[in-house]
Amino acid sequence: MSGGIPDPTAPLTPSGNLRRRQLFSKFTEYAATAAAVLAVAVLAIVVYTIVSRGAKAIDWEFITTGYPTGVAPMLVGTAVIVAIATAIALPIGVLIALFLTEYAGSRAAGPLRMTLDLMNGVPSIILGLFVFRLLVEHKQQSGFAGSVALAIIELPLIARGTQEVLRLVPNSMREASDALGVARWRSILSVVLPSATGGIATATVLAVARAAGETAPLIFASSIFDPRKVTLNPFEAMPNVPVFIYKLSEEGNPEGFAFGWGMSLLLVSFILFASLGARALLGRSKRRLSSS
Amino acid sequence: MPPASITLPPTMSSPATPALAASRASRSGDRRKRADRFGDRALFALCAAAALLAVVVLVLVAYQVVDGARPAMAKYGLSFITDTEWQPNFKVFGAGVPLFGTLVSSFSALLIGAPIAIAIGLFLSLLAPKGVAALVAPLVEMLAAIPSVILGFWGLLILAPFVQSTIEPFLHDTLGFIPIFGDPQTTGLSVFTASLILTIMIVPIIAAISRDLFMAVPRDLQDGAAALGATRWEVVRGVILPTTASGVVAASILGLGRALGEAIAVSQVIGGGIEIGKLFEPGDTLAARIALQFPGALSELHKSALFYLGVILLVIGLLSNLTAQWIGRRFSYQGVAAK
Repeated sequence: MSGGIPDPTAPLTPSGNLRRRQLFSKFTEYAATAAAVLAVAVLAIVVYTIVSRGAKAIDWEFITTGYPTGVAPMLVGTAVIVAIATAIALPIGVLIALFLTEYAGSRAAGPLRMTLDLMNGVPSIILGLFVFRLLVEHKQQSGFAGSVALAIIELPLIARGTQEVLRLVPNSMREASDALGVARWRSILSVVLPSATGGIATATVLAVARAAGETAPLIFASSIFDPRKVTLNPFEAMPNVPVFIYKLSEEGNPEGFAFGWGMSLLLVSFILFASLGARALLGRSKRRLSSS
Repeated sequence: MPPASITLPPTMSSPATPALAASRASRSGDRRKRADRFGDRALFALCAAAALLAVVVLVLVAYQVVDGARPAMAKYGLSFITDTEWQPNFKVFGAGVPLFGTLVSSFSALLIGAPIAIAIGLFLSLLAPKGVAALVAPLVEMLAAIPSVILGFWGLLILAPFVQSTIEPFLHDTLGFIPIFGDPQTTGLSVFTASLILTIMIVPIIAAISRDLFMAVPRDLQDGAAALGATRWEVVRGVILPTTASGVVAASILGLGRALGEAIAVSQVIGGGIEIGKLFEPGDTLAARIALQFPGALSELHKSALFYLGVILLVIGLLSNLTAQWIGRRFSYQGVAAK
């Protein structure tokens, strides 16, 4: 205790400048943690609002009947529009991915990859203007026009996702196939592509999840519809979930809001489960490819 | 799991006399060779056609939008971009107000969002225990999966009233001496609310990319700095951020591009203002104005003017995207790859 002799058993505590630096470092760690907590909290608040308000609106009648008691026409319409979009985008996207990994040299692959990234970056409202000019103006609105716009949104997602998995297919498999004298196209179709099915499925599901909630292009392509009855003809305007939520939010009528929350809950749960499922699928197929 | 059974092709499993078998084999081999030659060409042609189609579609999108804008371009020329008058009834159009709103709302979103996103990236790559990171990372990405129309709906009914009653008065009281933080308004529909919604949209994008960048920083460099006595923050400040700076910038520009082009969510909460206002007043963005006015466009010229807004948006969007790609390719892995 006495005088200047420090207690040798006391723990070493930093002082002065070192203490300040360590405190600051601790502070930044807390700040970074707080940022992550904030993001998760925002997600929790948004999801909680949608679930708590949407659950009240949803019952059997809500899913099976037309407006003003239910939203079945919108659900069917969105399903059809997205299905057609995927039917267009999936084959083209897979072929582009094959071109990138199996055929293109670096001189063709670079610009093509850039094209896909640009396509991914085109604001979706621009795609709305595009299909309006191409398929709606001087004709009429149609679910199909919406599908074309959504296909353009899905295409880069499917192509890039597929390409990522195709790159994981071990070269030894291609070489083994070559050594057996199998023609290139046969080995691509029967060796390379099948081993990447999991990845292609993942990319497709993610693209579908993204397209299902896309609103902007459908405002141009398929917004003047009758929400009361189911439409199955894609060559006329089809009721669909995103545009109907948008319309209800613009109308400012509390009863409409309840419908909006109900549809939001259906749409969000579809998207969240789809992306969670896709994530699990991707993990599995990646593990299988890298272990073989 | 091994394949259940291996069935031999019929030519191999049914041996005929050797000579006959040989001639049949060579004939079928010929046929097969021809089929293969055709198949090879066909698959290549298909793949190349698909790739070409992607390029054509992109060009066609740009062409159609520019073509739609032609009447307005011919009438107003380049002064359209800065003109702030927009009166569809009198056929007077100018993009000044929505252009200003687009830039203000997107850059505000970036200003709020980028630091948060980078901090999340740091948390996920350096601080969080593995289990926590594996849980939080997908949650943050979920935020990006929520459709914009639903986020806008939420913004309109939940966030806007909260902003109006709580955040705006607070910011006005503390930062009101800066002119842009003007008086709180009667509704929460404002440029500021739109920025908050955009922030929610871009944070997951920037966070996911920066996390991957931070994880790719070589361990040796970090350990070296730590061995010299650097605190955790000093490792981040001195090693991690400098080696990944260009990638983080590219990620931020990508996020900015997403914010610039967002139409639906913004149109729901921005309030559709018609003049350049302060942060808490209603405003408008290029994309939001197209979404709001196109369905009820009064004249062909009105439509064309909206297409002109689309052209401006497309140019800004493509430029930001190209810049991000260029920075990403040119600089991103220099520090990291050259160990």
